[in-house]
Amino acid sequence: MSEAKPVGGKVFTGPFLFFLIITLIGIYFLSKRFIFGIGAVTNMNDGFPWGIWITYDVVVGTAFACGGYSMALLVYAFNNGEYHPLVRPALLASMFGYTLAGVSVFIDIGRYWQIYNVFLPWYTNFNSVLLEVALCIAVYIGVLWIEFSPTFLEAKSGTKSKVNKLMIFFIALGILLPTMHQSSLGSLMILAGNKLSPLWWTPMLPLTFLISAITMGYTVVIFESTISSLGFKRPFETNILTKLSLVIPILLVIFLVIRFGDILMRGQLGLAFNGDLQGNMFLLENILHILPLVILASATNRKSAKMLFLSACFLMLGGLLFRFNTYLIGFNPGEGFHYFPAIGEQFITYTIISAEILLYMIFVKKLPVLSGHGQAKV
Amino acid sequence: MKCRESDFENIPSGVSRRDFLKVCTATAVYMGLPASFGPKIAEAATAAKKRPPVIWLSGQECTGCTETLLRTSHPTLEHLILDLIALDYAETLNTGAGHQAEEYRAKSIEENKGKFILVCEGSIPVKDGGIYCKIAGKPVLEILQETAPKAAAVIAIGSCATWGGVPSAGPNPTGATPVYKILEGTGIPVINIPGCPPNGYNFLSTVLYYVTFGKLPELDDKLRPKFAYGRLIHENCERRPHFDAGRFAEQFGDEGHRNGFCLYKLGCKGPETYNNCSTLRFNDMGTWPVNTGHPCFGCSEEGVGFTVPLHTPANVKNITPAAGLTPINVDHGGGMSTGAVALAAVVAGAALGAGAVAVKKVGQEEKKQD
Repeated sequence: MSEAKPVGGKVFTGPFLFFLIITLIGIYFLSKRFIFGIGAVTNMNDGFPWGIWITYDVVVGTAFACGGYSMALLVYAFNNGEYHPLVRPALLASMFGYTLAGVSVFIDIGRYWQIYNVFLPWYTNFNSVLLEVALCIAVYIGVLWIEFSPTFLEAKSGTKSKVNKLMIFFIALGILLPTMHQSSLGSLMILAGNKLSPLWWTPMLPLTFLISAITMGYTVVIFESTISSLGFKRPFETNILTKLSLVIPILLVIFLVIRFGDILMRGQLGLAFNGDLQGNMFLLENILHILPLVILASATNRKSAKMLFLSACFLMLGGLLFRFNTYLIGFNPGEGFHYFPAIGEQFITYTIISAEILLYMIFVKKLPVLSGHGQAKV
Repeated sequence: MKCRESDFENIPSGVSRRDFLKVCTATAVYMGLPASFGPKIAEAATAAKKRPPVIWLSGQECTGCTETLLRTSHPTLEHLILDLIALDYAETLNTGAGHQAEEYRAKSIEENKGKFILVCEGSIPVKDGGIYCKIAGKPVLEILQETAPKAAAVIAIGSCATWGGVPSAGPNPTGATPVYKILEGTGIPVINIPGCPPNGYNFLSTVLYYVTFGKLPELDDKLRPKFAYGRLIHENCERRPHFDAGRFAEQFGDEGHRNGFCLYKLGCKGPETYNNCSTLRFNDMGTWPVNTGHPCFGCSEEGVGFTVPLHTPANVKNITPAAGLTPINVDHGGGMSTGAVALAAVVAGAALGAGAVAVKKVGQEEKKQD
């Protein structure tokens, strides 16, 4: 274990208050949703039963929260102990990302009071991809909290926890579960069939979603490490990030080859140049994947914190757009259905993001998460 | 009279033992009984002495219920009335007529007191002493009141007999009244088989159940057998997936209608009508109103059929959660609103801006740290 230490410092800072205010506004809309129903705050409808809550909070949210998964894969499955200092902050972000995705599902389910039925084995539908996603994510949330638990226990007792002995089992689960549900998040949209534009609909969706999620995991680790260093005035972890960043272009090449190979084989690439919203979004999405590939292909760029961060930003946007395109922009349920997230609906998503940032700030300051050097000033 | 009975005996049934057992087993399965009950039903149906006598009375009706029974094929009507039951009196099917028939009815009632099944088709007018429907000079109200106390059980067939049907529609000029209301308080068991017409098999199954077990099937609070009227038509409708997916025919002949979408918006009463049309269908050829493209009009449901206008949307039952729970129903949803787009644009702009500033800062910090 690296010597992780709490960052320390005041909890109530300017940024903290800003995110707190957004969270409070969101809580107002949340209470409205729980009293007057989904229709009172959202624009979701029979044609678009999934809005930004599923698309952003769950699909994008859990992809961004793949840091824990990707790092566990690298450190434990491929035995690269040198990256260990990055595991805890990645796990923390994953834990919040997934937990809040779980919360979002609860908010999103119209009859939320029936959610317990998902866990009753005698109602299990073994053919349901959605059920697999639901159970998998639910279990993974628990696994993430257990994976992160040594951090709490260390902070409390000051010694290594006994949970560590069992940890290998949970780490294995923590690698297995996201592999299952991140691909299933793609399978979900296979079911959309003709309603989804051929630019995104393909039987390859599970594979592209999985590769994209793993890539996002490493990207988010770079992003979050850089932001932490910047925010808490700590030195950049460029050395370790440089090595890590080599994985990304490799994954990106695989991703793009499958993506374009598939579209070309189905003969649908022409749709990208139609000049309509879907075509343009497809182009933008892929530019945001190709740019970081070009940047990170150069060894010099991989050594620069700025370039690493820039490519991480591009790639996160690209991954976000890939998911938005697949779930909302490329999706057309038929005439008469429209969807654009309503104000209240958006605020609830912003609240989920803010809550994640707030919790991250508190945890990092109070618990031994970041590997310790440098003093916090913020 | 005797000649009539001998006629019945001499008619060859034309049904092999094997076919007959098949029919009985199918009936058992249809009623939700184990297939092993088939032989039992066969035994009950063929035991000549046990053949229960049936008196079929007609009130204010259109004979549609008798007609629907003519369309059944397993068992066929002739098999039913010749082999399974002893149909002693039915105005539509009597071979005799006039006083001869009336006399035979009176005789059968006396002979089989407490054992025969009384089937009532049509509503009973009670206004002005029931003068609006007379048989052999006697109001049907009186005939019912005389006959019912002597019957083992009364089966009211069709919407008219079970809740009033067409004759009871406002302003109900004849005071058309359902059978069970007239017999209220007499303790005579009444079974309702509503429908306009009801499915013949719902009637046959009820009769065969009685023949086999000597008791009535389980009934709901409206005296309807639960095996047939336990569920809403909507629950088993072949167009239900369209309802759940929000795909509706909005007008007759529109694209949705031609594609076989849900008929709810055309006024289909399936969501508030308890019947088994969607699973049992009619005429042994799998047809029923909804699969021909016409909405169900709730013929068997009191307060729906002949009462609510044809194209008024139904009150969907069983989807509305209790008022204490938050609502979940949203129709087509809103498109972009200026506020929502502005908010999304501001947030996206802020995020991009913050990203750009962060990239710049990382660059500056990096230089400092070097």
